[in-house]
Amino acid sequence: MTFIAKPKIHRGAVRNELGLTRRDYEGGMSTLCAGCGHDSVTAAIVQACFELALPPHTVAKLSGIGCSSKTTAYFVSGAHGFNSVHGRMPAIAAGAIAANRRLRYIGVSGDGDSLSIGLGQLGHAVRRNIDMLYMLENNGVYGLTKGQFSASADVGSKSKKGERNDHEPIDPVLLALSLGATFVARSFSGDKEQLVPLIKAGLSHRGFALIDVLSPCVTFNDHEGSTKSYAYVREHLQIPVAADYVESRREITVDYGEGDSVSVEMHDGAHIVLRKIDKSYEPTNRARALAYVQEHAQRNEYVTGLIYVGTYRRDFHERHNTPEEPLNSVPYGKLCPGSGGLSEVLARYR
Amino acid sequence: MPDPERAQARVNDFTVKFANVNGTGSASANALIMKSIFRMGVPVVGKNFFPSNIQGLPTWYEIRVTAEGWRARSGRVDIMVAMNPETYARDLRDLAPGGWLVYDSTWPRPALLSRPDITLIGVPLAQLCQEHFEGARARILMKNIMYAGVLAALLDLDLEVMRGLVAESYAKKPALVEANMKAITLGYDYARANFACPLPAHVERLDCTRGHVMIEGNTAAALGCVFAGATVGAWYPITPSTSLMDAFKAFCTRYRVDPETGRNNYLIVQAEDELAAIGAVIGASWNGARAFTPTSGPGISLMNEFIGLAYYAEIPAVLFDVQRVGPSTGMPTRTQQCDLMACAYASHGDTRHVLLFPADPEECFHFAVEAFDLAERLQTPVFVLLDLDIGMNDWMIPDLQWDDAYQPDRGKVLTAEQLEGMEKFHRYLDPDGDGIPWRTLPGVGSKGAYFTRGSGHNKLGSYTEDSAEYQEVMERLVAKFRTAAAMVPAAVSDGTGKAKLGIVSIGSCDGAVREALDALRRGGVAIDYLRVRGFPFGAEVEAFLAAHETVFVVEQNRDAQLKSLLVLETPVEKRKLHSILHYSGLPLTAQYVVDGVTAAISRGQAA
Ligand SMILES: Cc1ncc(C[n+]2csc(CCOP(=O)(O)OP(=O)(O)O)c2C)c(N)n1
Ligand code: SF4
Ligand SMILES: [Mg+2]
Repeated sequence: MTFIAKPKIHRGAVRNELGLTRRDYEGGMSTLCAGCGHDSVTAAIVQACFELALPPHTVAKLSGIGCSSKTTAYFVSGAHGFNSVHGRMPAIAAGAIAANRRLRYIGVSGDGDSLSIGLGQLGHAVRRNIDMLYMLENNGVYGLTKGQFSASADVGSKSKKGERNDHEPIDPVLLALSLGATFVARSFSGDKEQLVPLIKAGLSHRGFALIDVLSPCVTFNDHEGSTKSYAYVREHLQIPVAADYVESRREITVDYGEGDSVSVEMHDGAHIVLRKIDKSYEPTNRARALAYVQEHAQRNEYVTGLIYVGTYRRDFHERHNTPEEPLNSVPYGKLCPGSGGLSEVLARYR
Repeated sequence: MPDPERAQARVNDFTVKFANVNGTGSASANALIMKSIFRMGVPVVGKNFFPSNIQGLPTWYEIRVTAEGWRARSGRVDIMVAMNPETYARDLRDLAPGGWLVYDSTWPRPALLSRPDITLIGVPLAQLCQEHFEGARARILMKNIMYAGVLAALLDLDLEVMRGLVAESYAKKPALVEANMKAITLGYDYARANFACPLPAHVERLDCTRGHVMIEGNTAAALGCVFAGATVGAWYPITPSTSLMDAFKAFCTRYRVDPETGRNNYLIVQAEDELAAIGAVIGASWNGARAFTPTSGPGISLMNEFIGLAYYAEIPAVLFDVQRVGPSTGMPTRTQQCDLMACAYASHGDTRHVLLFPADPEECFHFAVEAFDLAERLQTPVFVLLDLDIGMNDWMIPDLQWDDAYQPDRGKVLTAEQLEGMEKFHRYLDPDGDGIPWRTLPGVGSKGAYFTRGSGHNKLGSYTEDSAEYQEVMERLVAKFRTAAAMVPAAVSDGTGKAKLGIVSIGSCDGAVREALDALRRGGVAIDYLRVRGFPFGAEVEAFLAAHETVFVVEQNRDAQLKSLLVLETPVEKRKLHSILHYSGLPLTAQYVVDGVTAAISRGQAA
């Protein structure tokens, strides 16, 4: 069973709870290469936001620089977007989230943006547990600068020019797991069935949610010898847990066999149902998740699906003990100690 | 100006310098002495010269007692309290002829290390501590406090005032009050018994400090951030800006915790580096919070790429650059005004930024508030350029004033209602002709949604690679910069305005320049003064430059950065401008300015 019912009718006719159509969640026309994996990810984000019936203006879209980072302009045009500088979207996100905790933040980045120039910022975003969905569109190359290896390129992977990568790859999933992220998933841009529920789950998660999406670059990384090509990725997929996202507002019945499924409550009250393919896999055990990903990596297999969803950790705002109302709208009267406060302060400097 | 030759009967007009080893607690003894003089109604200037190190290196503290209320270093030392054997020779050398040298006479001092033209005052501090206090730590700390007692006798400080200060410091530990007072009294009595007290250079009560406080610029700037309603601060620790965020946090703990909910109406991000710090400021400002980052030169260097983004995408941001000696790591605990150019044109491409130049903690407070208003009105980064001298030294300033009618000026932000009434919203139009577009905040509604980008965009906010569209936006940014010139704090002037000679200066040079003006004028030199307080320069700056035949530009850097800005950004003829540059890392003195001006006059460079 999959949660996304493929509409048979014309898509414009389908409306979500807000009465909006899928079109209302689209953005500007993509300028990426035809067939670029990133466009599929964009489509999945559109679908997820539509299904979640998010009011478009309550979303904020943030990105760095790269082909992947351009895509924030291609979905939810009714949301504010911010295409910042290369590798620094997490800092923008931290500040934006500090100012207004009410919006839903979707960050889109690339493997160069997140694992080369922005590795430090990604790490600290995880560590701070800022409340956002972080989509890492991973193609093993710098698409926008025409095909150099990125830090996620596998050893032995060949570039379009025939060069071989000899450096160890950085796996964002292992990185996020080891830094304490409470939601870590991996998927494939061509697997919308898996991707859409993961995005919905990630959007509902409180705290930092990372989805590493293998997203082939058809122009620079879809040839023989590339380990992030469509053909290669399809062959080496390993799906431990399929996530079906179900909103708590709707009643659902799941007809999975006992022991095959585990239900995890999301922070907004919704549930995600995890279907275990590998019976021994425990998506709520961080150490096991790390080992599982590593074991499969040794066999050149990408584990996809919801790899880890953890016990709740206090997010950025809770750690800072900020009010429920966004800081950007605390009335000025509450912020300024006034002339009375000033005299009190000055008395200490006499 | 004091007589530069001999230390004589200088009542309320002398400088005491303390030579210590850092990490030994000398700071509290020095502060105690300075505060005592201040509370006796006599104006003081305190300057700390400390090493970039935590413990064990030489550190100096200078207290200038100045009945006339001058605000700069005097550049001379009348009384040296030489507590650091390692720097003894140098400290001895620094003492003015006729001065007094106070030292610990517990151990014999090499006979050679003296001078015939000074008076030695030996007090067996260590021995007295040994006899009267238990424990190594207490003995070290009490030794410092004890010299405060010695100084009290020599300078005729009021012991009751001292007791009051000690009692305030240790309000929660009465036992320490007694221990400290015991040390002070021991030093005091010893000095009275063995030397002619007070010295000819001493303190006499005045009433010139009422209505004043002694405060650091960083503290005052932090207070300004609180009063301006800043809610997000992001930073990465760096001397000499760290105490700004420390103070902000302390004030927020006191004034920003909601009494009902216990929640914090502020959020401080200790970022992983300065790139992240400015990124968080930009993210928060984009989202409608007032946000700031305190930093110093190295941080500004790192922030450059983001600063250009904020400039081009037109996002408010407030940066405090507490300047220290560069280039590179430079001398982190010494002062300079060396980031003017780096801030004015920070980032690649054509960028120009709004800068504010406070001269003292009072202006730090007001300019901090102003910086937030300007950043939001102009939708651009605004830099407040302090320096280590202003930021980390205690300055005597008149009580800060606050107008309770103040409301933050959030600039041109469209509300949901305003948007409803509009046909369509476009981010970068200039409907008011002042170069400032209207913006919207995320969450306001889909009608206000737009895409913020640092890549080429047209006036509608859309991506563009079209030359004309690109240039149109770049030109509007020039118009906006012109608007800014009338908004930044105007330069302040002094003098008749009719002299042929003028001085233009900036920031913490002010105290030394004013004192120098007084000396020069008393010496018959007619000279006017203009202190710039903002960039872009206003019309008054151009007028001053035009009205004077020769203009001395006094600043604290090697490369004449203020002069460069004047040449680049005003029509002034370059040959009119003569630099007086001071970049030793120590604060400027009046004498240095006087010497610079008189030398130029005698060289015939100035009439
Ligand atoms: C400071 C800086 N350095 C270099 C660049 C050039 N640059 C633009 S995108 C990019 C790499 C993008 O790679 P990735 O994040 O993987 O995105 P992709 O295009 O592959 O989706 C680089 C190096 C830049 N924009 N900024
Ligand atoms: S270069 Fe690669 S990553 Fe960039 S748009 Fe084309 S296919 Fe996508
Ligand atoms: Mg890439």
